[in-house]
Amino acid sequence: MADELIKPDELLSQIDHRPSGAGWMDTPVDIRKGMYCYASNPKSVETLGLPNARPWNPLEDDWKLPENWQQIVHDGFRERLDKFRSFKVFMDICVRCGACADKCHFFIGTGDPKNMPVLRAELLRSVYRNDFTTAGKILGRLGGARPMTLDVLKEWWYYLFQCTECRRCSVFCPYGIDTAEITIMGREILNLLGLNIDWIATPVANCYRTGNHLGIQPHAFKDMLDFFVDDIEEVTGVRVQPAYMEKGADILFITPSGDVFADPGTYTCMGYMLLFHYLKEKYGLKITWSTYASEGGNFGFFTSHETMKRLNSKMYAEARRLGVKWILGGECGHMWRVISQYMDTMNGPADFLEEPVNPITGTKFENAKSTKMVHIAEFTADLIKHGKLDLDPSRNDNKIITFHDSCNPSRGMGMLDEPRYVIQNVANHFYEMPANTIREQTFCCGSGAGLNAGENMELRMAGGFPRANAVKYVHETFGVNMLACVCAIDRAALPASMGYWVPEVEVTGLHELVANALIMPGEKERETDLRGEPLPGMEE
Amino acid sequence: MSSAQSLAAKKQEILKSWFQTTVDSYPAETARFLKNQKDPFANPVGQTTYQSLDALVDALTTDAGPEVMAKALDPILRIRAVQSFTPSKATSFVFSLKQILRRHLPGIDPGSGVDMNDLDRQIDEMAMAAFDVYVACREKIFELKANESRNQFFGSLKRAGLMVETEADGPGF
Repeated sequence: MADELIKPDELLSQIDHRPSGAGWMDTPVDIRKGMYCYASNPKSVETLGLPNARPWNPLEDDWKLPENWQQIVHDGFRERLDKFRSFKVFMDICVRCGACADKCHFFIGTGDPKNMPVLRAELLRSVYRNDFTTAGKILGRLGGARPMTLDVLKEWWYYLFQCTECRRCSVFCPYGIDTAEITIMGREILNLLGLNIDWIATPVANCYRTGNHLGIQPHAFKDMLDFFVDDIEEVTGVRVQPAYMEKGADILFITPSGDVFADPGTYTCMGYMLLFHYLKEKYGLKITWSTYASEGGNFGFFTSHETMKRLNSKMYAEARRLGVKWILGGECGHMWRVISQYMDTMNGPADFLEEPVNPITGTKFENAKSTKMVHIAEFTADLIKHGKLDLDPSRNDNKIITFHDSCNPSRGMGMLDEPRYVIQNVANHFYEMPANTIREQTFCCGSGAGLNAGENMELRMAGGFPRANAVKYVHETFGVNMLACVCAIDRAALPASMGYWVPEVEVTGLHELVANALIMPGEKERETDLRGEPLPGMEE
Repeated sequence: MSSAQSLAAKKQEILKSWFQTTVDSYPAETARFLKNQKDPFANPVGQTTYQSLDALVDALTTDAGPEVMAKALDPILRIRAVQSFTPSKATSFVFSLKQILRRHLPGIDPGSGVDMNDLDRQIDEMAMAAFDVYVACREKIFELKANESRNQFFGSLKRAGLMVETEADGPGF
């Protein structure tokens, strides 16, 4: 009997760890824990008046779809092809050259071929060919077409929520196909069946009803800023006085609520407050906050065009009500993509506001001529350029800084140099990450477009790896210990990513660095930075 | 020739073969990319995998022991711990080294000077270190999840005014 036993060497040589090698259409979707976000809370879906509100679980076979769900998908697809010329063109013109294939942080990090942008788009294109093209109808599978089935629908849901709509792939597409737009359309169609995730649906409902993602009511919002007033006084000796919904103020300031409620964004928020106080004391500039327009982020963008429009309109309604001249926007990601690319045709032009001019320097912000909304990094860079801020960059000397270009401000609105200019004026140690990981080619944090939940941590870590890998390089080469960014999702997502990949590096917003360096009128001798950490030379 | 000398002489062949086997644990399209793209920032998974395996062969050559092995294993397992591998598949590349060494080294001929038993022992040590590193990575993932939930929970309590931080000079002190 012993002779019949297989020898260890033979046993070992028979083990094959290679995957099956089947084509992508024949590789069934495997919905894995850690890679997806929980389904949306039906109450939130109801609040927004979106279809098919019901509890459902992605791991169960029955997704509780409407009976005619295939017809709904078909009609929704057709409606969008007719409405958005770009979508139709993107469905037709891809030649599958593969230029985008290896540019996606989710493909690079997960190694899953269905995360190649071309293949993620092919999930939709295959159904498009089947339903809407003659060649697809005749050739079927041979022509890359396939009918919409429940498995295909599940594959759509799984992979369209493994895309952060960061648009890195589109930078490399010779035809200029914006694969993010394809994800956006796919998610819109999924919403027609009630297939959204809770990390999107609930913030959107909160934002619509209460004014911000967390559903913080006005008095609590004010309470939080009041806490910061105390903290700021402790660090600087200066008691700042933020204005709330002040009619006739010069400027309305809107930032993502993450800055008000989540570390380390809260330090960035204190940074804004110090800067505004400084400008009021020195130049008489009146900037007001609003507890009604208390959210810059627009998760409606990840739901549907109509929802995005509804949320965006609140900012402009408040600006009109308060009678301000123009709007100043905080360090946010997709708020800027919405403003830069969609606002003007959704709710614009905002011709009841003035063309933004910095009253202190006289600079006209030509780029904001129509939207009337200026990014705070542009605003602060302009103030520094004209010598309007007293700065002591040495207060940031213990911070060796690199800058992560957030996808939306960089690729979505082309803001590349202003944040760098600000950092280099408020700190002395700044190092760039490698060229193919910054500016237009920046890697996403891995958690954008509504994917910054806790339950999908594996996905976030895998998607965040290309960015973290570049941070690791500058950490090891130059001793970088601080990762600066201009996006609230970055500030929420990157600390976890750094915690896993490069634990020695912390995350900061731009205006936290500005406020550390800003010499306030009447300040006491500062011993700590805004985090309460000793300033260089003040260590015990 | 001793085991170490044989390993050093055949290092490039062994490494090439081990890297190929390891990237073959990914779907074919991915494996091609991981193997061919040499830029460490465009292809961090492929290049980190290669560097980890390289350091592991060196550790084997010098009989460096489990601590050095664990350090070399960390980058590759940190990646595989968040990808779609089961724990056994994530760490299986370590065991594949046994076959690869048998293919490339003079073998178990008594005169070859290669002590296969000793190399097997070292690879077993490597496997045990791999379990430790893999589990530590998974624990870190759960810790991050738990921390985010905890911060959210206590943050909500604080914002709702249901929790007041104790002050050192407050009542009772």
